[in-house]
Amino acid sequence: MRTIQNLLEPLQAKLHSGCTDAAIPEYAFGSDLMSDVLTLEEEAPMLITGLANTQSIRTAEMADIEVVLIARGKEVTEAMIDLAKENDIILISSPFSLYKICGILFQNGLKPLY
Amino acid sequence: METLKLKYSLKDGDFSNAGNASSNIKKNLKMLGINAAVIKKMVVSIYEAEVNMIAHANGGVIEVFIDEEKIKAILADVGPGIPDIDQAMKKGYTTASEEVRQMGFGAGMGLPNIKKNSDDLKIESVVGEGTTLTITSYYKS
Ligand SMILES: Nc1ncnc2c1ncn2[C@@H]1O[C@H](COP(=O)(O)OP(=O)(O)OP(=O)(O)O)[C@@H](O)[C@H]1O
Ligand SMILES: [Mg+2]
Repeated sequence: MRTIQNLLEPLQAKLHSGCTDAAIPEYAFGSDLMSDVLTLEEEAPMLITGLANTQSIRTAEMADIEVVLIARGKEVTEAMIDLAKENDIILISSPFSLYKICGILFQNGLKPLY
Repeated sequence: METLKLKYSLKDGDFSNAGNASSNIKKNLKMLGINAAVIKKMVVSIYEAEVNMIAHANGGVIEVFIDEEKIKAILADVGPGIPDIDQAMKKGYTTASEEVRQMGFGAGMGLPNIKKNSDDLKIESVVGEGTTLTITSYYKS
């Protein structure tokens, strides 16, 4: 089984919260607009976003998102990490742009919702 | 099951705490063993409304009542009110400030999304006095 661990290297990503043994989700969704994320009808257990604040983690919590990936090397704050830990959300960050991250994830078999 | 009541007060413009109430409500609904899909729709609605209270009003009070048939959330603020509710309900209509946009909100999708995710949505608003949203999920039917 391929796990989150397998994504860290291609994304040059850093893990901030959670455990990397979890399986890679089947679907992902990328957006900086939280109200957009909240309108999803299907499950997208992974969110790629440039929004580095507590609202991206809160949105993940409400929308049953298991993995949040912060793009462009934006600073991941202590408050975000605390919130992610409290809600068992895997929080990772990558220096790459949202576009590049999505390309890498697509190559790794993650599917889009729409 | 007796009616369970939850109550929260939100401070004006305090974005750092936006979602705290919704989070606690979600934990309570989970503890009651309510179906996960029902919980998601309800907490997404409450969270949208909670963010609206902080983004567009001056904070307010959230009350949730849970019984065997339904979950009812009442979100009351003493903000500026909504002059034209039909317009506010339209997808894409927003008066959000730059600060709100920086928090990842302000797409004008919140109210229509609440409508979509709830079994019943009542919006009462008086300009200059405030807005009250009543969101209901009849989760047993
Ligand atoms: N509690 C409120 N008090 C005053 N005005 C409100 C309130 N809630 C919503 N509004 C008004 O209705 C508009 C539409 O709200 P809606 O939630 O649909 O979108 P938004 O909050 O602007 O953006 P989004 O929800 O997509 O982040 C708001 O921009 C605001 O003008
Ligand atoms: Mg809104």
